[in-house]
Amino acid sequence: MDNILSMYLYPAAIIAAKSVFLITTLLITIAFLLLADRKIWAAVQMRRGPNVVGAFGLLQSFADLLKFVLKEVIIPSKADKAVFLLAPFVTTVFAISAWAVIPFDAGIVLADINIGVLYILAISSLGVYGIIMGGWASNSKYPFLGALRSAAQMVSYEVSIGFVIITVILLSGSLNLTDIVNAQSGDYGILNWYFIPLFPMFVVFFISALAETNRPPFDLPEAESELVAGFMVEYSSTPYLMFMLGEYVSIVLMCAFATILFLGGWHAPLPILDFIPGFVWFVIKVCFMFFMFAMVKAMVPRYRYDQLMRLGWKVFLPLSLVMVAVTATFVVFFK
Amino acid sequence: MIVVSLLFYLFSFIMIASAFMVILSRNPVHSVLFLILCFFNSAGIFLILGAEFLAFILVIVYVGAVAVLFLFVVMMLDVEFKSISSTVISYLPIGLTIGVIVLAELMLVLFTWKRDYSVTDNLSITTDKQYSNTEIIGLVLYTDNILFFQLAGLILLASMIGAIVLTVNHRPSAKRQDINKQVERDAESSIKNIDMKPGSGI
Repeated sequence: MDNILSMYLYPAAIIAAKSVFLITTLLITIAFLLLADRKIWAAVQMRRGPNVVGAFGLLQSFADLLKFVLKEVIIPSKADKAVFLLAPFVTTVFAISAWAVIPFDAGIVLADINIGVLYILAISSLGVYGIIMGGWASNSKYPFLGALRSAAQMVSYEVSIGFVIITVILLSGSLNLTDIVNAQSGDYGILNWYFIPLFPMFVVFFISALAETNRPPFDLPEAESELVAGFMVEYSSTPYLMFMLGEYVSIVLMCAFATILFLGGWHAPLPILDFIPGFVWFVIKVCFMFFMFAMVKAMVPRYRYDQLMRLGWKVFLPLSLVMVAVTATFVVFFK
Repeated sequence: MIVVSLLFYLFSFIMIASAFMVILSRNPVHSVLFLILCFFNSAGIFLILGAEFLAFILVIVYVGAVAVLFLFVVMMLDVEFKSISSTVISYLPIGLTIGVIVLAELMLVLFTWKRDYSVTDNLSITTDKQYSNTEIIGLVLYTDNILFFQLAGLILLASMIGAIVLTVNHRPSAKRQDINKQVERDAESSIKNIDMKPGSGI
């Protein structure tokens, strides 16, 4: 009995405590990032953005949370009730669980598994289920069209994201996220990061991440002008909140993933700046990526659906395939 | 070890239960969702075995791609749920036949199977070194089994080309969008000045 306690129960309790801490921190951070998103968007359009709740509107996200939770959950009369309510949970749970393998600093990671990259790829490819299930279970035309669009879009862009990740893996020689970050350390600081040799792939990854998370300019699944709100039309109150939360969690996840793959994770850009803890650098880089996401949302008009598909299959896929071949050749002959 | 075996029984129980639900549930969309649950639990069993690479490839390929397409097709078919349950009995004999044949084959394999040590002993890698299982799969797949790997790739290529040939339908009359043509278009090439005489058409 003692053996079971020390072998399984205590480690399980520690892991559970760490996970709760991670999730709480993550959700609070996302509340403020969501506000930042709206503020940046507003600033680009010369508006003030939310500025009523709390100083500078800092507590706006929490007010929104209260509003969503306190409202009535409306389920369409002919909806498939179980699937309808399962869908937002699927989205949120998968989005949050992907954070388990993200290393925030040297050694600060919940699960330092050998195949962290594959884990993130697998979990983020499952995010599409929440959308398809929600769209189908609503038993209405707009959500269904939105779900179909979304599924096709996510499946197409996953392919090019996969190839982009392969180029990084070829250079670093590991599927472990900590090893990938460490492969980018060196005496030259920022010059060691992979976004310099793999700059085209960094751009492809950034744009594909926008498409993968249904962010503007690729928010076709919820294109207001055509589909009202896409797969979320029939959702209200807490289930809707779960969808939004899942979406933002996966956006920030993509920012963190880009930071790890291309921006050197927790490493300082200059060797002199090493005294600042790595965690701070990681957060700064993730916030920078998020700022880029927000700027794209504010500045770029929405794509047409056929243009989106053309970009994914006819531009990004060949480009990333060629880069995989080029990188592999480089690794074999010059490294 | 007891926790590991408990996990094994949990995963395999859910897997078999959801496999039954795939064929028992009336709504085809629910069937596909149960199939996904089944895939998940088999990935869990791979994880218990320490084959994490296979587990996640299973999730990426089957759950992330194949099952999405299943779900796509099933959702768009819009099947009448009642008609399915009434046709079950007419399909019962053929289903039973196939089931019995597959079961018999499985039994044959299970009771006559012997491990052929000549295969595992002649691999170019040794298992005593500490490789991660991703590396081991790579080392075996691209060295000892390179022929089979390439053959599988060729078969996939052939079937992919076949599928494209079967479905592609080029109608010259259909108007298509050519991005390059659109970009190249300018005022000089698209506007023509015509000197019209009064009372005549173009």
